[in-house]
Amino acid sequence: MMHILNRNHLLDPNEIRGEIRVIVEKYHSDRTQLLAILRECQERWRHLPALMITIIADEMDLPRVHVDGVATFYHFLSRAHRGNYTVYVNRSATAEMAGAAAIMKAFEKEVGVPFGQTTADQQIGLRTTSCIGMCDQEPAVLINEVVFTRMTPARVKKLVKAMRADVPIHEMLGKLGEGRNGSRAIHSEVVNNIRHKGPVFFTEYFPGSALKQAMEVGSLDVIEQIKASGLRGRGGAGFPTGQKWGFCRAAEADTRYVMCNADEGEPGTFKDRVLLTEMPELIFEGMAVAGYAIEAKEGILYLRGEYAYLKEHLEHVLTQMRSRHLLGRRILGTRFSFDIQIKMGAGAYICGEESALIESAEGKRGQPRNRPPFPVTSGYLRRPTIVNNVETFGCAAKIVLNGAEWFRKMGTSASAGVKLLSIAGDCAKPGIYEIEWGKSVREVLELCGAENVLAVQVGGPSGQCISEREFDRKLCFSDLGTGGAFTVFSKKRDILSIVHNFMEFFKDESCGFCVPCRAGNTLLLKALEKIMVGNGTHADIEGIKSLGQMVKTASRCGLGQTSPHPLLTSIQNFFEVYRDKVRNDVDYLSQFDLRFAVIDSCVAANRKPNLELEGRDERDVKEVSDGTGSC
Amino acid sequence: MEQGHVNLTIDGKEILAKDGQTIVQAARDNGIFVPTLCDFRSLNPAGTCRICTVKVAGRFVPSCTTPVSYGMVVENETAELTDLRRALIEMLFVEGNHMCPSCEKSGNCELQALAHRYRIVVPRFPFLFPVQKVEARLQHLFIEHKRCIQCLRCVRGVKAKDGHDIFGFIRRGSDVRIALDVNDPDAVSEETAKKAMEICPVGALIQKRVGFKVPIGQRKFDRKPEGSPS
Repeated sequence: MMHILNRNHLLDPNEIRGEIRVIVEKYHSDRTQLLAILRECQERWRHLPALMITIIADEMDLPRVHVDGVATFYHFLSRAHRGNYTVYVNRSATAEMAGAAAIMKAFEKEVGVPFGQTTADQQIGLRTTSCIGMCDQEPAVLINEVVFTRMTPARVKKLVKAMRADVPIHEMLGKLGEGRNGSRAIHSEVVNNIRHKGPVFFTEYFPGSALKQAMEVGSLDVIEQIKASGLRGRGGAGFPTGQKWGFCRAAEADTRYVMCNADEGEPGTFKDRVLLTEMPELIFEGMAVAGYAIEAKEGILYLRGEYAYLKEHLEHVLTQMRSRHLLGRRILGTRFSFDIQIKMGAGAYICGEESALIESAEGKRGQPRNRPPFPVTSGYLRRPTIVNNVETFGCAAKIVLNGAEWFRKMGTSASAGVKLLSIAGDCAKPGIYEIEWGKSVREVLELCGAENVLAVQVGGPSGQCISEREFDRKLCFSDLGTGGAFTVFSKKRDILSIVHNFMEFFKDESCGFCVPCRAGNTLLLKALEKIMVGNGTHADIEGIKSLGQMVKTASRCGLGQTSPHPLLTSIQNFFEVYRDKVRNDVDYLSQFDLRFAVIDSCVAANRKPNLELEGRDERDVKEVSDGTGSC
Repeated sequence: MEQGHVNLTIDGKEILAKDGQTIVQAARDNGIFVPTLCDFRSLNPAGTCRICTVKVAGRFVPSCTTPVSYGMVVENETAELTDLRRALIEMLFVEGNHMCPSCEKSGNCELQALAHRYRIVVPRFPFLFPVQKVEARLQHLFIEHKRCIQCLRCVRGVKAKDGHDIFGFIRRGSDVRIALDVNDPDAVSEETAKKAMEICPVGALIQKRVGFKVPIGQRKFDRKPEGSPS
């Protein structure tokens, strides 16, 4: 590993400039590749100090504040040194349930620094991160883009030892996963856990067959077919796919773009990871079919930074498809040319929002755009663009192959076809399930072997938290729509801690652009914490409901428009939990808590508080108890 | 109907707007007050503050980025919207540290003026008391991050002589803040500082050595409170 040679050496500006120039030239000084350039620099030097930002801005002839804005937006880019080995521990709700806290403790003990810091020799950095799409094999960690699943404290010890000895990261892997996870290009211990196959995915399929069929019927008929199939977007919002393609095709332009949203960031979702592992040909072919339908020449797969371990595999598949004339110039000997490039994210949930994804693909901060104009008329590089979910492209390819009627017959009248569910949490068989729309929550729970269920989070944190009373509700767009996350919580779980985890997630992942989402989510989290420590009243519950509604209505994009859902749906479905936690004897209690104020001042004075610390985060307490005195 | 114009109603009042205008522009042209903060003259709308939110066909939309359309029915001064706008202003107050009596922008501050208009005495939300340093190293400009409302007016409107960006937006979530390219000689000119202070709706960008040139009581909103008829 090159970078290890650099350890403890001061960075030489001239040397850095030379190397950066090589990286920038590799990307032809293309501004839309700024994020890729920053990713490379981060990987090379393990951080992006101010000096480096200045050099990159110079070399790319961009305003320095612009480069700084992008470099400080993404979670995997950092001003401070993240260590030659950067450990990211996933802190999603399912990770916590599987014991992420013990894993973190073990890392802190072995490495000797707390999370958020890097060792003095810059060898190991410890960070936490949002859901990395491994909910069915938690606790999972990412180290230098390599995924380690089903971690144990004993394994932490081994890994840390190996990191200290400069062992190459791939040599630390355990048993490789099944299917293509074990291939040379992926080489990962991630497992697929495909539990329930259906007629659409993970069945026999011959690459090129859908494209051939599409070219036989003609581009306009492809759009008509997709419309007739009733296919709706699989990312969660459920916009009719055929209509989207139709709008885009109707928009006048010199060129159009097809984008595949593989920024699978909704905590609890991991089906796109499995699709991209096992069926990338189908997804890419779906994109090519879309390109043929809307008369586009270029496609972009936007892959979340967490799935960087799949990139080589995907590039390999693209190369293969090109050599078989399924991509590239003159596809299948026709006049249709279409190619796909992969663009990487760098840790930002918001980039799953389609306009933020476009901004990010253009190498900018992943901030959503104002609408109108919509991407179908002004998207990537201001050209008409369709952005569809990975699964949607897979469905589209199969619809073209098997006909609209075939698809329409599955599912319900308003929700045609099948849905891939990512099932995780308290159940015997977590993994991927292909089900027809219209199944009830209860049926799915039986399928995955879940017992003693307290709650199910349908559609991830931005979806709904439902209780047993509603288990007969059906998974479909007219009842419980979902992007695929289906997270089960058994009766031993605490609803408020789960909601807290989700609200922290939204607070961390808000882009910060608009006031209701930026300030509102912070205030919602604070209000929940007030209730959790026992200082809440009924007025606080009402306050959350009112503020939550405002955040939903006034926010600029889907993040803020759904982020209060964990609170609002749990207050609705688990009101008793809140009722039992708030004070019934008083109408109002101030946010000010003398106990915490004392703790804070003791921390400042480096003294140990003589107080009960119920409800306070364990690590804050640790920080306090490190003090010597007492107050 | 005139060519290039559309009819719409705002709170029941029929108005004529130019095709392509946003709701807020149409309202202004017709003497209807819609509160704004991040909107500034000819700058491209950003849509950060959401204070201009109105209701159209049952949906909440920001009026600064939503174009007018024929027959549009806009709700503006309803109890529901007033409460929402008040809440947004309160969020800005608790998110920063706004001490009006000690702020040079008092009387010229748009946030303060809106708080007066919406009769905000105490915010309903707890103060977050962010710890933010004052940037005072520049020759002509103070940057008071604790007063910044991230409206991005400076980012959009204050440029270097050759037109390139000197103000930017960095970090994300509740950590977002504006940043100034201090390596750029334009960033510290007196002229730029003056322009920055003018464009800033609050007291986040303060030009040095002009404090209290206009006495309190004789400032913009002292003479003409926000939203008073023009």
